[in-house]
Amino acid sequence: MTVIHDRPSNPAAGDEDRPIGYGRIQRKEDPRFVRGQGHYLDDIVLPGMLHGAILRAPVAHARLVSIDTTNALAHPKVVAVITGKDLLGLKLAWAPTLSADVQAVLVTDKVRFQGQEVAFVVAEDRYAARDALELIDVEYDVLPPLVDARKALDPDAPVIRDEIEGRTDNRIFDWEIGDKAETDAVFASADVVVSQEVVYPRVHPAPMETCGAVADFDAVNGRLTLYETTQAPHVHRTLFAIVAGIPEHKIRIVSPDIGGGFGNKVGIYPGYILAVVGSIVSGRPVKWVEDRSENLMSTSFARDYIMQGEIAATKEGKILALRTHVLADHGAFNATAQPTKNPAGFFSIFTGSYDLLAAHCSVTGVYTNKAPGGVAYACSFRVTEAVYLVERMVDVLARKLNMDPAELRLKNFIKPEQFPYANKTGWVYDSGNYEAAMRLSMQLAGYEDLRREQAEKRERGELMGIGVSFFTEVVGAGPRKHFDIVGLGMADGAELRVHPTGKAVVRISVQSQGQGHETTFAQIVAEELGIPPEDIEVVHGDTDQTPFGLGTYGSRSTPVSGGAVALVARKVREKAKLIAGAMLETRPEDLEWEKGRWFVKGDPSVGKTIAEIAMGAHGTVALPEGVDGNLDAEVTYDPPNLTFPFGAYICVVDVDPGTGQVKVRRFIAVDDCGTRINPMIIEGQVHGGLTDGVGMALMEIIEFDEAGNCLAGSFMDYLIPTAMEVPDWETGFTVTPSPHHPIGAKGIGESATVGSPPAIVNAIVDALAPFGVTHVDMPCTPARVWAAMQGRARPPI
Amino acid sequence: MQIPAPFDYVRATTVDNALELLARYGPESRVVAGGHSLLPMMKLRLSRPEWLIDINDLYELDFILRDGNKLRVGAMTRHTTLLESDEVAALFPIVRDAELVIADPVVRNRGTIGGSLCQADPAEDLSTVCDVLAAEAVIRGPRGERILSMSEFHRGPYETAVGQDELLCELRFGIRPRSGSAYEKVERRVGDWAVGAAGAAVTLAADGTVDDAAVGLTALGLDHPLAEAAAVLRGRRPDEELFARAGTLAAAACDPVADQRGPVDYKRHLADELTKRALRRACDRAAQMQEG
Amino acid sequence: MQISMTVNGTDVTSEIEPRVLLVHYIREVLGLTGTHWGCDTSNCGTCVVLMDGQPVKSCTVLAAMAAGHDIRTVEGLATGGTLDPVQQGFMEEHGLQCGFCTPGMMLTARALLDKNPHPDDTEIRQAISGQICRCTGYATIVRSVQWAAAHPAGPGLEDAADTEVKA
Repeated sequence: MTVIHDRPSNPAAGDEDRPIGYGRIQRKEDPRFVRGQGHYLDDIVLPGMLHGAILRAPVAHARLVSIDTTNALAHPKVVAVITGKDLLGLKLAWAPTLSADVQAVLVTDKVRFQGQEVAFVVAEDRYAARDALELIDVEYDVLPPLVDARKALDPDAPVIRDEIEGRTDNRIFDWEIGDKAETDAVFASADVVVSQEVVYPRVHPAPMETCGAVADFDAVNGRLTLYETTQAPHVHRTLFAIVAGIPEHKIRIVSPDIGGGFGNKVGIYPGYILAVVGSIVSGRPVKWVEDRSENLMSTSFARDYIMQGEIAATKEGKILALRTHVLADHGAFNATAQPTKNPAGFFSIFTGSYDLLAAHCSVTGVYTNKAPGGVAYACSFRVTEAVYLVERMVDVLARKLNMDPAELRLKNFIKPEQFPYANKTGWVYDSGNYEAAMRLSMQLAGYEDLRREQAEKRERGELMGIGVSFFTEVVGAGPRKHFDIVGLGMADGAELRVHPTGKAVVRISVQSQGQGHETTFAQIVAEELGIPPEDIEVVHGDTDQTPFGLGTYGSRSTPVSGGAVALVARKVREKAKLIAGAMLETRPEDLEWEKGRWFVKGDPSVGKTIAEIAMGAHGTVALPEGVDGNLDAEVTYDPPNLTFPFGAYICVVDVDPGTGQVKVRRFIAVDDCGTRINPMIIEGQVHGGLTDGVGMALMEIIEFDEAGNCLAGSFMDYLIPTAMEVPDWETGFTVTPSPHHPIGAKGIGESATVGSPPAIVNAIVDALAPFGVTHVDMPCTPARVWAAMQGRARPPI
Repeated sequence: MQIPAPFDYVRATTVDNALELLARYGPESRVVAGGHSLLPMMKLRLSRPEWLIDINDLYELDFILRDGNKLRVGAMTRHTTLLESDEVAALFPIVRDAELVIADPVVRNRGTIGGSLCQADPAEDLSTVCDVLAAEAVIRGPRGERILSMSEFHRGPYETAVGQDELLCELRFGIRPRSGSAYEKVERRVGDWAVGAAGAAVTLAADGTVDDAAVGLTALGLDHPLAEAAAVLRGRRPDEELFARAGTLAAAACDPVADQRGPVDYKRHLADELTKRALRRACDRAAQMQEG
Repeated sequence: MQISMTVNGTDVTSEIEPRVLLVHYIREVLGLTGTHWGCDTSNCGTCVVLMDGQPVKSCTVLAAMAAGHDIRTVEGLATGGTLDPVQQGFMEEHGLQCGFCTPGMMLTARALLDKNPHPDDTEIRQAISGQICRCTGYATIVRSVQWAAAHPAGPGLEDAADTEVKA
């Protein structure tokens, strides 16, 4: 594999040619997973545990007239049936969302989306709980639903949130950024302006494990232990303290092994709260696990952005400015999981990887009668939408200018010497070498040969497309002064203990959903302290066992927790130096570090290993003034800036002219995530994200009919790629470390999900160029692709 | 997880025993074979039988055997068995074409040809296959055995001629020389139901003209073989122009409905396109069989 | 009703409701939680177990229907303390991330290799095409199965297959 690096190396990153911390090692978590000994939420069985099930609304918009639970309560195995009225009495009918709105835990007044929670049954077993749902009689007075976000602000649109005093419309927010006047002026004088409406449809993260909780309330001690499928256990603890009124020191959140998250497991869902209420009411542990339909119909969706894009350029192909207006469908409650000050997440990175004179965007968020959510599915807080918009617009421009899309990009990239680069919407990109990544991907793809092959095929009437995308990600929020979630600053903690025999335990605040934290974070400690990764245990997912922090989403783990772990290890190393000095009866400043060992400068034979120092710290060595008798440390890392991974992707598709079927033949992905830790894990993260891209580009969509019925309520209708739809991925990388990150790492978890959809759509549009097609909305199903060939970009359904 | 409503379960040991059980438990009983259509419906509680009669032990119905100029396939033959049978593939290549795109390999390990036909989903592939191969359905019941043509067997979406107290036991396919068949399906993803599909079976005369032909469509609103297409093909030497005419007839005859898989005009186009492709491949195969 | 079957080589007998799904029987009655479930409609394949050596979706098989049959779950893949080459292959080639679909994927791979010891990549992809992985993008699963095909006797042993099969 080719490595390109012509930026000066970050001293903290060590040798750029090698990954750090022993590089490609097998994952420490795998031995239990391959034996079927992972421990997931539904595997938890507590003594006396009851089972909960949720009755959900069959319609999208309706007044709740009455609920009769008599027959359900008469079921011999039913312990309790909880309705919205009961929750009103407990002041738990409404819960705060992660976006300063409230969401109904159970319907009290009105159903606002199909699948909304109406009642909660607690029973002796899960079969009985399900049976009892059928015994609850609910009367609804059906209201006209609002399904189309474009109609949300019409004067005659039904007002969805009429429970909020004084609310007369469905507008949630208007938000803008960038200099509008400056941008308009650049557009007014530009040679070329092209515009395109780009829709990023509603999709769903759909992790293989659905969401669930086991609540265990100990009434005697007033203590709640809550096992949850959560990516952010500490945030949940604080919110449960606020919502349920249980003192925070009496709450323990445990996040066991998580069967995939992708942002689906960030929010607090009514089911979690209901499990807690069920446990309080029954005095016994209560398990609630949603089925697949509940997962798809009620938990956090992603995207649903209708974007009007415009791009201005000179006729020679110098891109000058971008502007966009976005209509954002947030569903019935504004429950997006994103930093407080960013109602459109990090969408403002829509300026992409290009050096622009001006940019402006405005976003209007609206309520509709659909499930709440919006920020999920590996989106890096809406960078997916931003990258899709800009990369589609650049391709639309390339067509207009009759330029090769790779060449147009190369002409407009931010140059290596321009970093740190302040874009027009307030971001400061840390580092980048975009041209190197682009050229490497073109080289791996054999770009010129592909274009030749395409030309030959076009002669024969065959439809082959080559799509290019280039993305700049923005991940690793904080710093905490700029980014918070419900007032909690976006920082993460780490605690490290080196035991007397030199084995270490590192406790972190982020939670793995499959990313391999137990391996990666051990490798970071290993790099810093010279202890082999197998001698380092990583503890996570239990708020009683780990320091406070904001959790794993937005590709935060390596940029934030990775920084925390590196720094806590360095803190231990410095402490070890003081102890080694005492042990060697030498001044610490006369000691030098090499992996795992402090030794006397000029006399490498005299030194102490970390294990020896740990034993010394816990032993009888006389410690210097102010040094505690341990080899432990803790830090909270507040990152100075976000990190900006990037990548260049090239996709090759073949389109069947007779049926519109698309085959992704090749996909070449060059990623730069700064310093690399475990290349095997990095590659895995990239592969997974590329597959998401194929899903979104070709098949995934949550649609609704006019009555507000969800048309993708099962895996029969919500299609996810199988091994047959994806090619054998071709990956490469460049290494441009982050200058401000302790080890130069940038995060990789969501890069490919962000970067791949435009590459695939651009390839499809490229294949359809002979038909004059300039855009096809996702998902590019056979029907849509065929319709585009007939001169219609979107078939009427 | 979704869970079926309570029911009682009984396992049939023989065909006769299954028929007795059906008679005993009456209209509230259902037969389960592979279960991959019925059990999901029961989990959604859209189907709530009081008795489930499991016929998976009826090994007597799990067979593929050549009997003179007929190929007999037991109703309990699993999709995987049909897919992997070289004899079936040689005689009726359409079966392997279709089986490769029915659900997925794991579901095919359980699903049966009888179950598929009795479910009679309009998007079910084997119904079209049996239609164009002019299969016969052997049904047994308290009044004995009856053999129905496919047009008699099909009664519309989710409805067949198999009575509540009867069991589909066998499918019989006539073996003809110089014949070829093919199935062409468009799906949004592997394992998805058809957006549209077409099956074709062709028998050539010794002179290379079409002796007999059948074209059927799946999920496109045409639940019987397209007689007009057969009429156009008969007696003619297969060529692109002929396939195009058959395709046009298929597009005109079908009556698809718009859904998430596509709008009407696209599906109508598929009727045309896939008919052409299926016929082209069926004729190629028939010609090869002639040469071979 | 009473049912008996063989699970991972052990005979088990239980009193159950007829409607109990095989996946629930395995997980909740037998306590073998290595078998997971991911949907209700037999579309995701997370719940795959081997029934008489063939992969089946245990969310769509009644426990009663499995009575009298031989069931093998992920807990039955390793023999003694030795991992099945498929398990080793998934660790070697990063064939898993969150681990949730992994037991089903490995069992299908085992059934495939039993039938076809040297599958090509397309055959592997076809074999697992009824099973969804949301993490890996499948390429590393294909490599994992190929690793197992190349090491039929497990890790550390010289296999004749090593020389025959391309990595």
